[in-house]
Amino acid sequence: MPGTRIGEKALTCLLYLSALIIIGILLAVVGYIVYKGLAMINLDFIMQAPRRAGKEGGISSTIVGTLYLTVLSLAIAAPLGVGTAIHLEEYAQKESYFAYLVTLTAETLAAIPSIIYGLFGFVFFVIYLKLGWSIWSGSLTLAIMVWPTITRTAQEAILSVPREYRENSLALGASKWQTIRKIVIPAAIPGIVTGMILALGRAIGETAAVLLTAGTSLGMPLSPADPARSMSVHLYMLAMEGLSMERAFGTAFLIIILLLFINYLANRSMSFLSHNGG
Amino acid sequence: MEKAIKMKSRELNLFYGNFQALYNINMDIEENRVTALIGPSGCGKSSFLRSLNRLNELIEGSRISGEVFLDDSAIYEKGINVVELRKKVGMVFQKPAVFPMSIYENVAYGPRIHGIKKRSELDEIVCRSLQSANLWDEVKDRLVAPANQMSGGQQQRLVIARVLAVQPEVILMDEPASALDPISTARLEELIAILKTRYTIVIVTHNMQQAARVSDYTGFFLHGCLLEFNRTEELFLNPRHNKTEDYITGRFG
Repeated sequence: MPGTRIGEKALTCLLYLSALIIIGILLAVVGYIVYKGLAMINLDFIMQAPRRAGKEGGISSTIVGTLYLTVLSLAIAAPLGVGTAIHLEEYAQKESYFAYLVTLTAETLAAIPSIIYGLFGFVFFVIYLKLGWSIWSGSLTLAIMVWPTITRTAQEAILSVPREYRENSLALGASKWQTIRKIVIPAAIPGIVTGMILALGRAIGETAAVLLTAGTSLGMPLSPADPARSMSVHLYMLAMEGLSMERAFGTAFLIIILLLFINYLANRSMSFLSHNGG
Repeated sequence: MEKAIKMKSRELNLFYGNFQALYNINMDIEENRVTALIGPSGCGKSSFLRSLNRLNELIEGSRISGEVFLDDSAIYEKGINVVELRKKVGMVFQKPAVFPMSIYENVAYGPRIHGIKKRSELDEIVCRSLQSANLWDEVKDRLVAPANQMSGGQQQRLVIARVLAVQPEVILMDEPASALDPISTARLEELIAILKTRYTIVIVTHNMQQAARVSDYTGFFLHGCLLEFNRTEELFLNPRHNKTEDYITGRFG
């Protein structure tokens, strides 16, 4: 069939159709959540603490919990991930066994289902290190989860910095580290930030791993040692236990808004950073 | 009169893994003169140039035997500070790689790296370097503009200003005009003629006429060997080797 004109036409149509379907699905999902969630959204829903297990009141503590978890996990994973990437691209010998091992590990870690991370975090952080159900446990678990993502994207970004920049900098008498810090990283910042956005999205949306490590407490978390319920976990509980479908959709809507907002901030900081050369 | 020798190589061999790129190179590079390195692609002229500031070491698996001297110090000796060496032996590359920052910051990059922080001092270095590179008048009103918005010829002169800003003694140029149009090339050659009064210049070029125009000495490389090295007029008018003659008359290359 392909090769004939009709076959060609049919194929084009099918490809077009699949593209249309994907757009349709996205619109349906987002549209439905906006439609159902928007009705819930008001200042009280955002600012008030949940009451009666979430059946009433707002979701303020879960918003704080989510921000706590994501910011802390990123603060842990970003230096580690970018550091790993710098080591692999700039210091490790390209064909060394160690570099191969690190790359393989990062790829394997990225493919592990999140519930496995949750189980590990529960056993290791919550029980063995006695951190309990806490923002620490949750953030550390999330950090391990998003580390490979940050590493991979930072690697790509560092790799795409022209070799000539490095040569010129070194030829001017800069040390390797000066070259990395003043030339390579600033030039790679847009890619590195993109990786962090991906990581953030994953951390915000993560439910299983957080449920097992940060707990489900509805209290307002004050310190990282407190347990917390993230918005995603809250959404899961509300829907699963049939507490309040409206509030579940309201939470879903806010998660999407939060993601869009973070995306916007990241883009802004990215253009700021790349224009100012770091 | 005794010639002042700025750099020299003795029995220099260079290897990339199992491949030998240079064979027993002996060359004297005279101070405040332009030395041109010519030869067909892959002959080793760029490799030789890059062994003069130890930039070859960036390639994994490269090693050398023999010696290279800057003044009287052997630059491959243990304990030699590569940073100091590269400060003294600057390099201009084939493609002008301006950093993604402003014109000012590009020139100030080297001095900043070497510890100069005072704004007034930096201002002065930037101004002086841009003037020396014949670029000041064109950019003095837009020093904060991104450097990559300049034309190719301006970028190449900016890169030269960036090198001058660290006050080198020797400037290595690796086919600096190959990406430039004829007018920019002419300006670059004028600049080289001025710079050689204060710096020692080694230039790799594919362009015979350019070598003849700008240089005092010319070395002809073939298959990793320095086949002939002489005063430029001598080499072009009375080549001793018939391979040299074949190359400069355009019979191969």
